Amino acid sequence: MFWKRKKGSDFITLGLNTPAEPEPEVKSEEIEEQTPAAADVARIEPVGAPVMAEAPRDDASVEEEGFMRRFRRAVQATRESISTRLDEAVRGRRQIDAETLDELEEILIGADIGVQTTMSIIEDVRKQVNRQTLRDVDELKHVIKDRLLSILLEAGRSRGVASETAVAADVRPYVLMVVGVNGTGKTTTIGKLAQRIKAEGNDVLICAADTFRAAASDQLAVWAERAGVPLIQQRQGTDPAAVLFDSLKAAAARNSDVLIVDTAGRLHNKANLMAELEKMKRIAGREVPGAPHETLLVIDAVTGQNGLTQAREFLKAADVTGIVLTKLDGTAKGGIAVAIARELNLPIRYCGIGEKADDLVVFDAKTYVDGLFE
Amino acid sequence: MFEALSDKLKKVLKDLRGESRLTPEHLDLAMREIRIALLEADVNFKVVRGFIERVKEQAIGQAVLQQLSPGQQVVKIVYDEMVRMLGGTSSRLLFTSRRPNPVMIVGLQGSGKTTSTGKISRWLQQNQNRNPLLLSVDVYRPAARDQLAVIGKALGIPVFAGEGLSDPLELCRAARLHCEQVGFDTLLIDTAGRLHIDEELMTELDSIKREMQPSEILFVADAMTGQDAVQSAREFNERLGLTGVVLTKMDGDARGGAALSIREVTGQPIKFVGVGEKYDALEPFYPERIASRILGMGDVLSLIEKVQSEVDEKEALKLQEKLESDEFTLEDFRDQLRQVKKLGSLDSILSMIPGDLFGGMPKMTPEMTAQMERELKKTEAIINSMTPLERERHQIINGQRRRRIALGSGTNVSDVNNLLKQYVEMRRMMRQMTQGGMLGGLGGRVARRITGIGSKRKKKKKKRR
Repeated sequence: MFWKRKKGSDFITLGLNTPAEPEPEVKSEEIEEQTPAAADVARIEPVGAPVMAEAPRDDASVEEEGFMRRFRRAVQATRESISTRLDEAVRGRRQIDAETLDELEEILIGADIGVQTTMSIIEDVRKQVNRQTLRDVDELKHVIKDRLLSILLEAGRSRGVASETAVAADVRPYVLMVVGVNGTGKTTTIGKLAQRIKAEGNDVLICAADTFRAAASDQLAVWAERAGVPLIQQRQGTDPAAVLFDSLKAAAARNSDVLIVDTAGRLHNKANLMAELEKMKRIAGREVPGAPHETLLVIDAVTGQNGLTQAREFLKAADVTGIVLTKLDGTAKGGIAVAIARELNLPIRYCGIGEKADDLVVFDAKTYVDGLFE
Repeated sequence: MFEALSDKLKKVLKDLRGESRLTPEHLDLAMREIRIALLEADVNFKVVRGFIERVKEQAIGQAVLQQLSPGQQVVKIVYDEMVRMLGGTSSRLLFTSRRPNPVMIVGLQGSGKTTSTGKISRWLQQNQNRNPLLLSVDVYRPAARDQLAVIGKALGIPVFAGEGLSDPLELCRAARLHCEQVGFDTLLIDTAGRLHIDEELMTELDSIKREMQPSEILFVADAMTGQDAVQSAREFNERLGLTGVVLTKMDGDARGGAALSIREVTGQPIKFVGVGEKYDALEPFYPERIASRILGMGDVLSLIEKVQSEVDEKEALKLQEKLESDEFTLEDFRDQLRQVKKLGSLDSILSMIPGDLFGGMPKMTPEMTAQMERELKKTEAIINSMTPLERERHQIINGQRRRRIALGSGTNVSDVNNLLKQYVEMRRMMRQMTQGGMLGGLGGRVARRITGIGSKRKKKKKKRR
């Protein structure tokens, strides 16, 4: 289950961290309740887009499995996966020696995991080797895997995000802001998010606050139309905070469940642009208590060590609550997200694995790490 | 950063003082630090390996120079080798006499192809006297063609609409015909961004290449790219045969090690760097600068050039005369402030200056520069609130006038007092400077002076704490 909202109950379950537990009865009620409500709101009807909410629950979980499989495949698509390289490094060796560790270091750095994080992992391994608790080469793989997994799982554990568990029903609209540097795939991610959140029976509204880049809101409009979700946009060059303000008003008027806010791509070292984000955050919080409830930082999987600086700066200016790792279907595996998880305690929440509307999956640490090693 | 690297090297090489040659043992330690520095700058680990080997070869047995510390000497070897590797400074695109000369722009999604296409067309128009037509064959990403159309409109450069056409090859042919008929000599083709492992797209690009026989195929790469830069660059190069590279988003704070990796695997020169969101934010590539940046040495050269190109020579000369005859008014002072503003945000200016230029001034945080920018704005507002006569003759500004000016500019009297004090001091200083014959670098001086005021204040605050 991707996103879920139970109308008429005290809590909205967004189901991000909970496994997909089929609840067919609730589901059918939900559809019944949803459909008339949806008809009241003026919106563009989906153009041949698959609407998951109408699919029987079984199909939905099959679909979800499909996502997992595709995610796994995407993560594995590396030509030189960590695993094969590791196997090469240890071939013909019985024991873990300094050379193996050097190889290991290069492998991890080669995955963009970063010098600091790599060094700390290697140091751990070295200690275990010295203490003679780690001797077998095969075991080495498990140790590293466990280590990466624990870094990813640890991240964000202390950082409570509403959608991880449940959101009180009076949180409305649930404001989701999407930020990031230029060209990481914010608009595409929003298109995908809108489609899926809507498909699970929520009224979604999109705010096109990227008023800077040429044709950005046109691009978003195409996505909105595909998803059948209304879009609030204004002319290029308008103050993004003003568009956000309008959108918040519109969302309140329409009684929308979720408002997704697109922002212009900005380099994190431009103080004035970062201040603009702070302003947007402030406006959102003023109009809707607690908003933005979630702020996602979109990071391109090819990003190198600068990703860490990006995350740090966006965290400071916009209180980022999670990472979306995009373009994972390439050869880059977004190892920088591990460094971000370790140093900034920010969890990866979603992954982009393709260009189609349903090519967005909930990040699963175990699948990710397994994918790196299979 | 440079400080950090050379400091580290100083530490590991400190016992080299007494020796006359760089020894392998010492170098091993130094190379470890250099390796980490390069990896942290996102240079691909394989490229790093080869690089380190070469540097080591060169360094071993070199006589320890008297003028440089061993640490500095190693950095110099590293720097020189990096510049050599990045080499090839030509940022001209090569054209033949045929019409049109197609130029293909390729790269991964989100690397900045469309924006770069716009910037390059403007560059070609202004620097190589070309008459370009823009064409987007990105029929996949929503609104990609609209984006190029908007950019073309903003630049006043025609964009081929190709209404009704949705096949990249057909679009290419139609645009070529249009060029022949209308007389455009250059056709810039903005292609769809896709992953390099996307077979379909690579085939499509290849067929465009066969059809159009482009004069140049430019690979657009994001300066923030990590280790994977090697994979994508190699793939694009093998499939298409690149002729040059455009490195984008260099106005960010990524160290740009990808430049080294891409250069190494493609063997093609980096022709341009993108340095901002505005359409004129495209610069020729200088290996020295990127090398300094990868090593964290700041980018003084870029700053100097920026100052030179933005500060109007004529104005500077006029100012010079005024200074000599002691006629530097508050009006001129305001003009100077505006000149400084023209250089861009203080942030970007300061990011080009290595940390040790101000005598070990601590690195400016964005908050500090923002504060300084506010100060500059305030100063301008105060001068704006003066009458022309007051700007001409600051001596007449008495208490009453000061109150009025403060009210008008939304500041208070002490701010006005401060400004006047600064102005008088600056006048005195500038006169000394010009008498010392500091011609030309005036803009830079003023910039430094103004930023210096801010930093002094910061330092005082620190001491108090």
